[in-house]
Amino acid sequence: MTFSPALEQRFEKMLKAYPEGKTRSAVVPMLIYAQDETGAVTEELILEVAKRCGVTRLQVDEVVGYYSMLHRKPQGKYHVQICTNISCMLVGGTELYEHCSKKLGIGHKETTPDGLFSLEEVECMGACSWAPTTTINYDYYNHVTPESLDKLLEDLRKANQ
Amino acid sequence: MAGIGTLYNPPNPAETRILTWRFGKPNSWKIDTYLADGGYQTIMKALQMTQEQIIEEVKVSMLRGRGGAGFPTGLKWSFVPRSSPKPKYIVCNGDESEPGTCKDRLLIEFDPHQLIEGLMIAGHAMGSQHAYVYIRGEYRFLIEHLNGAIDEAYAAGVLGENIRGTGFTFHVHTHSGAGAYECGEETALLDSLEGKRGVPRMKPPFPAVAGAWACPTLLNNVETFSAIVPIIRDGGAKFLSYGVPKSGGTRLLCVSGHVHNPGVYEVPLGMDTMTFINGIAGGVKGGKLKALVPGGSSCPILTAEECQNLPMDYDSVAKIGSMMGSGGMVVMNEHTDMVAVALRIIKFYQHESCGWCIPCREGTTWLKKSLQRYADGGGSEADIDIINELAKNMLGRTFCALGDAAAMPTISLVTKFRSEFIEYLKKPRAAHHHHKHELVGIH
Ligand SMILES: Cc1cc2nc3c(=O)[nH]c(=O)nc-3n(C[C@H](O)[C@H](O)[C@H](O)COP(=O)(O)O)c2cc1C
Ligand code: SF4
Ligand code: FES
Repeated sequence: MTFSPALEQRFEKMLKAYPEGKTRSAVVPMLIYAQDETGAVTEELILEVAKRCGVTRLQVDEVVGYYSMLHRKPQGKYHVQICTNISCMLVGGTELYEHCSKKLGIGHKETTPDGLFSLEEVECMGACSWAPTTTINYDYYNHVTPESLDKLLEDLRKANQ
Repeated sequence: MAGIGTLYNPPNPAETRILTWRFGKPNSWKIDTYLADGGYQTIMKALQMTQEQIIEEVKVSMLRGRGGAGFPTGLKWSFVPRSSPKPKYIVCNGDESEPGTCKDRLLIEFDPHQLIEGLMIAGHAMGSQHAYVYIRGEYRFLIEHLNGAIDEAYAAGVLGENIRGTGFTFHVHTHSGAGAYECGEETALLDSLEGKRGVPRMKPPFPAVAGAWACPTLLNNVETFSAIVPIIRDGGAKFLSYGVPKSGGTRLLCVSGHVHNPGVYEVPLGMDTMTFINGIAGGVKGGKLKALVPGGSSCPILTAEECQNLPMDYDSVAKIGSMMGSGGMVVMNEHTDMVAVALRIIKFYQHESCGWCIPCREGTTWLKKSLQRYADGGGSEADIDIINELAKNMLGRTFCALGDAAAMPTISLVTKFRSEFIEYLKKPRAAHHHHKHELVGIH
């Protein structure tokens, strides 16, 4: 398996960042960075990471189930994550999640039939003072309202027509 | 989406900006502005000092860990066996996942070079050549941002081999997490850094003695390392003087919930709680104050009465049975449904329990089930006592502090707001909380 030149460069640097012989340390970062290009943690990716880090297949496989950002199935092109944890909940995060779920017609960890959007109810994203918080892929949106979310989703939909 | 470098909330003139003084300046995150502001001169000063002198200065400052536990930083630094023949490592905790907390990200975003310089000073004090900054995976933009600052520092000869001809060599690396609150716990973080599932380790040995790759390791929070720069630059006594005798310096408070000016503000330790809420935070929004989470959702909740005449420092908050924690202050007005609050908090800890030890894995699960039934209108008064007892039985019986973090807020909620829990049973079913949280725990 090969990745984009930028990612290959990143991996090369990464494997040298840890003490000699400790390349197992690169397993989790390598998975999360690679997943962005492969779309999901596939069996092929697990074997590749195992090979590059010099560990067994099982040592890679066992972390995949532990970390919530690693996923074995592809998500939508835009993965919408809405925080309903305490600070967000107090200012409308739960309603925002329910609104979004209705709007997209999908529930937690589901994807729209066209593959454009997936939805996830998430725990605190570290943006509590600017709640309610939504992230789309790796982008943060603060002070989100049902109206501003609708516009955001609409713009993304239009950009893909 | 906000771009890098745009302040998330306006600063307040009543703040004491010691760590955040450069926030909002144009290009504050770039090395040229940092150098123009006297940046990387403190490490040069530190290199003229002995390791003991640096540790002593940190002790004098009475800086206490900003990650949650509030352990005196200077003391922690003195525990690392510097004479050990093994390599030593500096590990910076940027996992920032305690609900209510959003400050470390600002220190990385607006002043990454201050953090790098703090890590370098720690490196010199510990005789270490490598720092690893562990950042939660959701903060990808920050990882890229910090990588950019690190690259700048190498290019300017501030990081690398034999820095500026001093003979001091130091490297900084970022390490991405991938979504797990438990990886903020220091020993779980170390396992995660080693490429494993983030499950905590047996202590002792403490990380100071056997941490990353079984070598002596100094692990502190992002804010703690950032505070090292003003401490060494201006002296520990100066930093101490901003706060109160046993809680030196300033703290970044993240205020959220029902206030007019939610945001992150730097204030002296020991500031009066209500002065902060009514002043800098703009006052309670939508009604009177009902309750306050003083330092992240794992802290026992405080009633409005308990917030009166309460200085915000580690010992004063501990004296009334809670904690300064991570600096995440969640303000709740009189209309807040405390049953919903209790349920949402336990939902989080149940989801994040790593499942390693039974009191936490089973305890959080049963608490969640009981509170969900209660919230759905299927509870009885006896449940309040069962929930309370169950939570009390978890205290001190779990492998890491996550068990306590789940039990403490629950106990405080059902005891301090017992009458509201009883009233809740009388409400018509339609008024009950119906959102079925979809997160299901143990991953
Ligand atoms: C479940 C759990 C989660 C934690 N999460 C964090 C975190 O996200 N960031 C952090 O700095 N400390 C966190 N801590 C505290 C760390 O274990 C550790 O005490 C701290 O990073 C030490 O740094 P300090 O002394 O500078 O505070 C957590 C602790 C527990 C038990
Ligand atoms: S207390 Fe909870 S999070 Fe900590 S080790 Fe036990 S199960 Fe894991
Ligand atoms: S509670 Fe939603 S971002 Fe922290």
